Amino acid sequence: MAEANLTVVRDATARAREADSPHSPVVRFAPDQPLQLDAGVELAPFQIAYQTYGTLDAARANAVLICHALTGDQHVANIHPVTGKPGWWETMVGPGRPIDTDRYFVICPNVLGACMGTTGPSSTNPATGKPWGLDFPVTTVRDMVRAQAMLLDHLGIESLFAVAGGSLGGMQVLQWTASYPQRVFAALPIATGTRHSAQNIAFHEVGRQAVMADPDWRGGRYLLEGTNPRRGLAVARMGAHITYLSDAALHRKFGRKFQDRSNPTFSFDADFEVESYLRHQGSSFVERFDANSYLYLTRAMDYFDLAADYDGVLARAFKNTPTRFCVISFTSDWLFPTSESRAIVHTLNAAGARVSFAEITTDKGHDAFLLDEPELFAIVRGFLDAAGKARGLNGGR
Amino acid sequence: MLTRLPSDLTMAEAARGPGGARVDLLLVADMVERGSKVLDVGCGDGELLRILAERRAVDGRGIELSREGVNECVAKGLAVVQGDADTDLVDYPDDGFDYVILSQTLQATRHPRQVLEHMLRIGRRAIVSFPNFGHWGIRLQIMFGGRMPTTDNLPYSWYDTPNIHFCTIKDFRALCDVVGVRMEKATALNAWGRPLRLAAPWWFWNLFGEQAVFLLSRGRKSDVR
Repeated sequence: MAEANLTVVRDATARAREADSPHSPVVRFAPDQPLQLDAGVELAPFQIAYQTYGTLDAARANAVLICHALTGDQHVANIHPVTGKPGWWETMVGPGRPIDTDRYFVICPNVLGACMGTTGPSSTNPATGKPWGLDFPVTTVRDMVRAQAMLLDHLGIESLFAVAGGSLGGMQVLQWTASYPQRVFAALPIATGTRHSAQNIAFHEVGRQAVMADPDWRGGRYLLEGTNPRRGLAVARMGAHITYLSDAALHRKFGRKFQDRSNPTFSFDADFEVESYLRHQGSSFVERFDANSYLYLTRAMDYFDLAADYDGVLARAFKNTPTRFCVISFTSDWLFPTSESRAIVHTLNAAGARVSFAEITTDKGHDAFLLDEPELFAIVRGFLDAAGKARGLNGGR
Repeated sequence: MLTRLPSDLTMAEAARGPGGARVDLLLVADMVERGSKVLDVGCGDGELLRILAERRAVDGRGIELSREGVNECVAKGLAVVQGDADTDLVDYPDDGFDYVILSQTLQATRHPRQVLEHMLRIGRRAIVSFPNFGHWGIRLQIMFGGRMPTTDNLPYSWYDTPNIHFCTIKDFRALCDVVGVRMEKATALNAWGRPLRLAAPWWFWNLFGEQAVFLLSRGRKSDVR
C-alpha cells in the first residue's frame, strides 16, 4: 500500500523537505502533549513519521514494532523516497517474509533526532521558524522509545506482539522491554548490547569530529547558511562503515585488488577497490542523511547504558519481565560482539526470563543483520511462529 | 526411597512414540510432572524439549553448546541459548526450575560433580541420563580387544571424542553419595533400548544396562539397597 503512494523525488532538496514534510504518515503532537526528555527539557510540539505494513487485527494483538538503526529510517519495506532504493529490511519484512506482513501489522517510526520526518535537528524549530540545528536538545534512546510509546498510544495499540531491531534498533528493543515490559510480548534485540562500549564511543567521536572539522558545517548552522558538510559526513560514514564489516569480508570482497587499473598510480587516487568502495559509501550517504542528525544519533547511542538506569544492576531492568526474548549475534561482529549479547542472555536467565539466544556464523560483520542470512531468517521466523501461537494469533501456518 | 519406573509402560509409549522418539528421552519425559518448568542442559536439536512440551506441557528452556543445535532449536521456536554446562550454569538463580535435565551429556562435561551440584541448586530435581561404561560389551572390548571401546552409541575414537568423563552406573551412584543427593528413581536400558527388570540387582544393571536414567532430588543420600 505504502509502496504505491510513494513517488521517488531525487533532487538536491529532497532530503531537506523530508525533515518537515516526509513521504510518510505523520503524527503531530501538539504543544500540550510534550515529550519529556532525559536532558530535563520538554520537546513540544513535535512529530513522528512512520510507515506501516499489513493490517491490524480486530484484537489489536498482531502489531510488530521495527526499530531502525543509526542511519536507517522508517522505510523498512518500500522504495526509499530519496534514494529510490528498496527498503532496508525487505529481506526480513514483507508478505511471506520472516516478519510476515500477511500476519503481522508492522510499524516502523523514524527515530527522534533523525532526518526523515520525525523531529530532529534538521526540522523547523517552531519558535524560530528556522532549522533547530544545535539548539535541538540532545536526546537518548529512552527518549526515542518514550516518543514511540506516544505514537502507539495515538494509534490505539496498547500491547505489541513484538519489537525487533538491530544495533541502535536493538538498543531501542531492550529499552522497550525495560521501560514498558507489559506492552511487549516478544523482543528481538539483534547485534546489540546494553551499553555502548568505550571503543564504540571512540569510533563515534572520530565521526563527529570529522563532521565538525568540515568548514561547511558552520558550527551546525549549515542549513541556514546554505552549505552542507559533505566531506566531513562522508569521512564519518567511511570510518563507521569499516566497523560494520569485518576484515574477512573486506578481504573476500576486495582483497588488494586495484580499481580500473593494473598498476599503482603512485598518487592518492583511489587505486584500491576498497578505497573506491568506501568513497562511494561516503558520497551516497550524504545525499540522504543530515550531518547534525548523525551527531545526535551517535550521541544517543553513546549515552545508552541500560544498567545505569537501574543503579548499575542490569538484572533490575528485566526483573519479572513477562517478555519472551530472542537475542541474536553474529560471529564476525566486532562492534557488538557476541559477548555483549551473552551478557544480555545471562541477565535474562538470572531474571528467569524466557530467552533464546543464537549466534550466527558469518564473515559479514555487524551489517550481517541487514543482509541475506538464511539462518537469521529461519530463527526469526521460528521464534515469531512460536510466540504467535503462545499469544493466540490467528493466521498461523 | 528409591523406586524404579514400571518398564512396560515406557516400552508401550516408545512403540507409539511419534517419529520413533528415542526410548531414553521418553523415559526422561516420564519422570517429569505435567506443567512443570524444565531446563534441559545439552539439549541438542531440541528433541527432548519438544517431547516434553507435547506430552508433559512443560515450560521448557534449553542450553546447548553447539551453534548448529541452538539455531535449529530456536528456529523451531524453542527457548534455547548457546552455552556451556561447565561455565554457564553458575548464572542461573537458585530454584529457578522444577527440573534440570542432563540427557546424555554428563560424560562430556569437564566437571561432572560441579554440574550435578549446580543442577540441584537451580532445580528442585535433576534428571541425569548417561551411557553406562560398565556395560558388558564395553568391558569385553577392553578385556579382549585391549583398546578403548567404540559402540553404535559411542562411535568416537579416544582422540576425538567429546566424552571425557565416562562413568559406570556404580560410579554415578557413588558420585550421588559424595554430593549428597537423593536418588528417587532409576532405570537402565539394555543394548536394545529395553528397560531392565525392576527387581534386578544393581550389579546386574551395571553389567547389562547400556544406558541409565536417574531422577535425583536434594537431600541426604538415599539408602540404596
